[in-house]
Amino acid sequence: MSQATSGTTAGAAATPGGGGLKGFIRATEVDTRMLGMVGALLVIWLVFHVLSGGIFLTPRNLWNLTVQTSSIAVMATGMVLVIVTRNIDLSVGSILGFTGMAMAALQAQILPGLLGFDSPFVWIITLLGGILVGVVIGGLQGYVIAYLGVPAFIVTLGGLLVWRGGAWWLTSGRTVAPLDDTFRLMGGGATGSLGETWTWVLALAACVVVAVSLVLARRRRLSFGFPLRPIWAEATIGAIVFVAIIGAAAIVNAYKWPSAIARRYATANGIEMPEGGLQIGYGVAVPVLLAIVVGIVMTFVARRTRFGRYVFAIGGNPEAAELAGINTRWVLVKVFMLMGGLAALGAAISTARLNAATNALGTLDELYVIAAAVIGGTSLAGGAGTIIGAMLGALVMQSLQSGMVLLGVDSPLQSIVVGIVLVIAVWIDTTYRRRAA
Amino acid sequence: MSSTMEAITDHGPGHPGAVDRSGPALIDMRDISIAFGGIHAVESASVDLYPGEVVALLGHNGAGKSTLIKILSGAYKRDAGTIHVRGEEAAISNPRDAKAYGIETIYQTLALADNVDAAANLFLGREILTAWGTLDDAAMEAEARKVMGRLNPNFRRFKEPVKALSGGQRQSVAIARAILFNAKILIMDEPTAALGPQETAQVGELIKELKKDGIGIFLISHDIHDVFDLADRVIVMKNGQIVGGAKTGDVTKDEVLGMIILGKCPPGATPGPGAMVE
Repeated sequence: MSQATSGTTAGAAATPGGGGLKGFIRATEVDTRMLGMVGALLVIWLVFHVLSGGIFLTPRNLWNLTVQTSSIAVMATGMVLVIVTRNIDLSVGSILGFTGMAMAALQAQILPGLLGFDSPFVWIITLLGGILVGVVIGGLQGYVIAYLGVPAFIVTLGGLLVWRGGAWWLTSGRTVAPLDDTFRLMGGGATGSLGETWTWVLALAACVVVAVSLVLARRRRLSFGFPLRPIWAEATIGAIVFVAIIGAAAIVNAYKWPSAIARRYATANGIEMPEGGLQIGYGVAVPVLLAIVVGIVMTFVARRTRFGRYVFAIGGNPEAAELAGINTRWVLVKVFMLMGGLAALGAAISTARLNAATNALGTLDELYVIAAAVIGGTSLAGGAGTIIGAMLGALVMQSLQSGMVLLGVDSPLQSIVVGIVLVIAVWIDTTYRRRAA
Repeated sequence: MSSTMEAITDHGPGHPGAVDRSGPALIDMRDISIAFGGIHAVESASVDLYPGEVVALLGHNGAGKSTLIKILSGAYKRDAGTIHVRGEEAAISNPRDAKAYGIETIYQTLALADNVDAAANLFLGREILTAWGTLDDAAMEAEARKVMGRLNPNFRRFKEPVKALSGGQRQSVAIARAILFNAKILIMDEPTAALGPQETAQVGELIKELKKDGIGIFLISHDIHDVFDLADRVIVMKNGQIVGGAKTGDVTKDEVLGMIILGKCPPGATPGPGAMVE
């Protein structure tokens, strides 16, 4: 350990001044690409904050931003794996529409007749049923792609039409509303949030998990005698993550319920209104919590499981993966099943937020999801991409859109800007990769 | 140089590195045929391999040697013929089957996943898992450091994707992967094509070492000079057929060249179906 430390510090000391940042980045092993993206996001936020006269970086707007991002972010995590295997899924928006409609019909028209209204099981049966439908759809498309050899572009382009039509056909084009009360919690809102206490509990738990995993990872490398990061680098990483977690919790807790909702809540629960109104913080919204959990699980799947390793190996060299004895076709089917399931989860969030399922739900979402993954550093050539990057990519896209809405930019101009930003982001990324290689 | 030659071609009983012909052949491929869209890439070819033996499979580009060997490694499915491993008929229809029989292959293209690191490539398809069923990257890296230390002691770049490595380093990753899992039969397709003289010599040393352990090795090459000194036996292919086979002690390099170029079998060789009829 001392050897590695002295080696690194000596290296950093040998290149003073401009080398300081480089030495820091090398010691902390931070992905410079990710750093660039966080930087870009902060710049976008600051610019909008200034242009909007100081309303962008407010708890209320940031809270809304996270809720609006969650559905796309959830789906983008699956799209990363799809694109990493050198495939594409153009059908996610339509799968979202179809599964959303199926879940709405299930909870509003079918289950109440069987279980009665207000049954606590309605939401969970609906959610699991919807995810099952998504997995089956994804599996079907994956089978055609992997075993019948039809290109993913074509299969999912067909799927885009099929499932959009299916959503229409399912309820003869009718909008289904309202949805189950518990199910609606997945959409966020005043009740669909954790509240201040639980948000703090969650934030502290997250900090503990981060600290423990940093220590465990270090111990494990030590036990094998591998080179280690210097202690100060570990501490800096830990500190930055702690500040980010606590800061995010403080922000979402600072967003208080509107006074009308707070008053209604007070009367309903027999609480006396204090002077200056009842101050109840939103805390983390349920859809955001879902997205975070999905992000953690998917990162785990991508980096710590055999399946994830195979996904990346297939993307790097499909022939090599096959020769290594990997059942590449079955892995591909599983990737598309996962994507289908995540699209259904995205549908649950979207429909719950809207408190309805409509025919148009999820239209063009496939393009936002692909854009989020690509802005987040997923290479369309396959083999490279990160879950966290894609989720940040989704946040960047949503920030641009929300910011322009705040500024009152015309809707067609919004699309133009988002489109141009997508192209420029990928161009910058390509240039960066070429230089890094 | 000449002493090395002797050591390899002199198969006295009890000699270290001797070819063991007492038992059944490690590999016995009989009348193997495969065609791609009407082109007979391999036509009723038969080859065998004994423990501790190095058999060089020679021929021009397109002679069918890589195709024949890919049938053994499970990458291609044969149209006809049988494969016996240690005297028993083996069903090999994919790379996993071949590995289960202890057949490991170093492909000409190396077949590495360029975007992941050396350890991930070494264990691709055979990952070490923790008690929770997750990837044990630390254990895999430790094993990788061990085996790479033996092959290429200067190798340090364990954290980088293999696309960042030099040709020789990539080659040693591919070789390490083949010997990591106690291979009984090793197939090396143009193993020194990407290597400099020093690294080529290293591969030569490794082959001698593996031979001592009783491993049978197929060496595939289009260049006789690469492999003649290492091989116990040569088998020459031309236009998808076996021209003939011979112990390296019974033929000269020029005679083998004649087999490769003209398909002409010298007196010291056993002619095959592809031999030129005079």
